[in-house]
Amino acid sequence: MSTAAFNLRPSGAQQRRRRWTSRLITLAMGLSAILVMTPLFLVLYFLIREGASSIDWNFFTQIPKPTGEVGGGLANAIVGTIVLLVMAACLGVPIGVMGGIYLSEYGTERGNDGLRFAADVLNGVPSIVWGMVVYAILVVPFKTYSAYAGGVALGLMMVPLIMRTTEEVLLLIPQSYREAALALGIPRWKIILIVVVKAALKGIVTGVLIALARVAGETAPLLFTALGNNFWNHNLKEPIAALPLQIYAYAISPYDDWHRQAWAGALVLVLMILGTNIGIRFISRERRH
Amino acid sequence: MTHYAEEMDRLKESLLAMASHAESAVARAIRALVDRDEVLARQVEADDNVLDQYEIDIDDIAIHLLAKAPLATDLRLTAVAMKISQNLERVGDCAVTIARRSVDLGTEPQLKPYVDIPRMAAMSIEMLRDAITSFINREPAKARAVVPRDSDVDNLNRQLHRELASYMVERPATISRCLHLMVISKSLERVADHATNIAEEVVYLYEAVDIRHSAHKANEA
Amino acid sequence: MPEVQSARPEIATRPTVPTAPPIVTDPEEMPAFDIRDFSLWYGPRQALHGISIKIPAKRVTAIIGPSGCGKSTFLRALNRMHEVTPGTRIQGDLRLFGDNLYASGVEPAVVRRRVGMVFQKSNPFPTMSIEENVLVGLRLNGVRDRAFLQQRLQESLTMAALWEEVKDHLKRPGISLSGGQQQRLCIARALAVQPEVLLMDEPCSALDPIATAKIEELIQQLRQLYTVVIVTHNMQQAARCSDKTAFFYMGNLVEFTETRTLFTKPANPQTEAYVSGRFG
Repeated sequence: MSTAAFNLRPSGAQQRRRRWTSRLITLAMGLSAILVMTPLFLVLYFLIREGASSIDWNFFTQIPKPTGEVGGGLANAIVGTIVLLVMAACLGVPIGVMGGIYLSEYGTERGNDGLRFAADVLNGVPSIVWGMVVYAILVVPFKTYSAYAGGVALGLMMVPLIMRTTEEVLLLIPQSYREAALALGIPRWKIILIVVVKAALKGIVTGVLIALARVAGETAPLLFTALGNNFWNHNLKEPIAALPLQIYAYAISPYDDWHRQAWAGALVLVLMILGTNIGIRFISRERRH
Repeated sequence: MTHYAEEMDRLKESLLAMASHAESAVARAIRALVDRDEVLARQVEADDNVLDQYEIDIDDIAIHLLAKAPLATDLRLTAVAMKISQNLERVGDCAVTIARRSVDLGTEPQLKPYVDIPRMAAMSIEMLRDAITSFINREPAKARAVVPRDSDVDNLNRQLHRELASYMVERPATISRCLHLMVISKSLERVADHATNIAEEVVYLYEAVDIRHSAHKANEA
Repeated sequence: MPEVQSARPEIATRPTVPTAPPIVTDPEEMPAFDIRDFSLWYGPRQALHGISIKIPAKRVTAIIGPSGCGKSTFLRALNRMHEVTPGTRIQGDLRLFGDNLYASGVEPAVVRRRVGMVFQKSNPFPTMSIEENVLVGLRLNGVRDRAFLQQRLQESLTMAALWEEVKDHLKRPGISLSGGQQQRLCIARALAVQPEVLLMDEPCSALDPIATAKIEELIQQLRQLYTVVIVTHNMQQAARCSDKTAFFYMGNLVEFTETRTLFTKPANPQTEAYVSGRFG
C-alpha cells in the first residue's frame, strides 16, 4: 500500500492529474497578474487619451489664463510642485535619515520600539490632518498662506517614511561590518557615518525618492498651506501653485478647457512620478564587476 | 564506542597477541634445544611467518591511525606500537636462530647438560613477559624494573662466551658445537635487549618520559 | 691514504646531533597580557570564571575548547569587543604590556588600535576597493600623509602575503577577491594600523585547506613582529601554529602550557580527554 504523499512512482492517471492541476494553477496566477495590472493600464490609458493632446509647449511655459479664456498652461504649477518638493526634501531628508540612523544604531530596545510605533502611526495619518496642523502652526500666526507652509507640510509627511526606510536599510548592513570597523579602533560615530551609511547609501536614496514620489501627488495638505496661485510665485512667504491643487481646481470647474488641462496636468504628474520610479530602479541596479 | 576507539583497541589487541606469540616462540625454541626435538624446532621456524605478518598488520593499523592525527596518549600509543611490534618481530627472528642452531646441535652428541642457557632463557623470557604485562596492566614502574636486568643477562652471555671459548681451545673437536651455543647465547642476550626496549617504550607510553639510552649510559659507567 | 675529495663535504664532517629549536621565554620579559582573576558576565550569566593567565609577547598562543567554553568571549575581552553586546560586565585585572585596559577613562577605540582583530568570516567593506579597505583604519583615524599611506599599504599587504597577488588590481573592490584572499585582506587591514597584538577568531574555519595552509604559514611569519592569539576549534591547527596553548572549558582555564606538551602529555585529565576527542 502506498500513500500518495510518498509515492515516488505515481501511476499514469496520477501523473496526468498532477500535470493538469499544475497547469490550472499557473493559469489562475497568470490571470491574477493581468487583473492586478489592469487598473494601472486603465489609468495610463485614460490619462493619455484625455491629456496627451493637450500637452504642448504652451502647457509648459504659460501660466493659467484668466477665468473663461481658452489656453494657457500649468507652468507655474509644475515649477511650484518642484519648489515644494525641494523644500520638503530639505526638511524631511535630514530629520528622517537621522531618525533612521538613531533607530538603527542607537537608543534602547524599549525607546526605539516606541519611536517606531509613533512613526508607523504618523505614516497612517491622513494627509489632510498634516495640512491642518501646519495651518495652525505656520499659517494662522503669520496670517498668510505660504510656500513655506506647503513645503513644511510635505516635509513632515516625509519624515516617518524616510525614517523607517532608512532604518530598514541600515539594519540590512551585517553587524560584521560594524565589528570589523570597531576592531580597527575607529570611533563609533565615524563608523556609523562613514562605513555604515556609505554602504547603505543606495538604499537610503531609494527611500528618499519613494517618499518624494509619495508626497508629490498630495493635494489635501496643500489646501490649507500653499493654497495655490494662478500666477508665478516670487516670494516663498506667499501662496504657490502646485500641480495637484491646480488639477483639483480645474477638475471641479465648469470649463471644458480647464478640464482638458486638468487631464494634462494629471498626466504630467504621473509621468513625473513614473520618472522618479525609473530613477529609483536605475540607482538600485546591481553593478556587475 | 567510536570507530576510532575501536581501531585503537584493535591495535592494542594485535600487539598483545603478537607478544604472546613471540614469547612462546622463544620458549619453544629453548625447549627444542633442551629436548633435542627437531620437529618442534622446525615448527618454530615455520611459525615465524605469523610474527612477520603481525608486524606488517600492526604497522598498517598504526599508519592509518596516524592519518587521523591522534593526540596525547593515543599519539604515544600509536608511535610506541610500531616500535614494540618491530622489537617483537626481532625476538621472533632470535627464536628462529635458536631453533636452527638447535637442529644443528641435534646432529651431534650433546656436550654437557644445559644449565646456563636455560637460566639465561628464563631470565630473558621473564623480562619479555614483564615488559608485556606492564603494558597490559599499565604498570610503568614494573617496566622500569625490567631495564637494569639487561646487564645481568649481558654478564651471563659474556661469561658463557668465555667458558665456551676456553672449552673450544682445549677440545677442538667441539668447536662447531661451541659456536652454535655461542650464537644461541647471543640470541638470548638479544631477546633481553628487545625486552628492555619494549619496557622503555612502555614507560614512555604511560609516563610520557623518554628513558632510552640514559639507562645504558648509567650501566656502562 | 689519499684524501678523498667528497662531492658533498658535509658528510666528511662529524655528524651533529639535531636539536629541536628551543622556545626561549625569558622569564624577565614582560608578557603581552597579564590577566588576573578575570571574570565576565552576560547579564546574569557568568561566561568567564576568574581567568588568570600570562600570554607571552611575540609568540602565537592558541585557545582551544569545546563550543560554548568561553574562548571567543575571552578573546573579545582582550580588546573590549564584548562591549558591543549590551549588558556585559567584567571584573578583574587585564593588562596589556602593563596598561590596564579596563581602567576608567580608557577609551575602547584606543584599546582596539593596539589590539587588532580578524574574524571568522572575512568582512572586507563592500563599498571600498582593496586599497581603501587596507587603509581605512589609518584614514579614519586621521592619517593624511599620502606617502606614508602608500608605504603602509604595501607593507601591510606584503605582511599578509597578498601584495604579489593584488598589486596590479588595488582599485578593484575588496569583495572581488576569493575567500582566502579576502581573509588575508582583512589581516592586512588589521595590520595597517600597526597594532601590538593580533587576535584571530577561528580565522580559517570558512576556508578551504589550501587557503588555510597559506594563512597558517602567514601566522608563523607574523609572530616575529606581533603577539598573536588565535582561537581555534581545530586542534591540529593549534598544534601546527602555536607556541603555547590554553584549554578552556565551561568558562574556566583548565590548562595552559607549551603546545608540544599539551598535545603529547597534557597534565590535566580533562585536557587529555578533550584532546583525544573523547568529548566536546
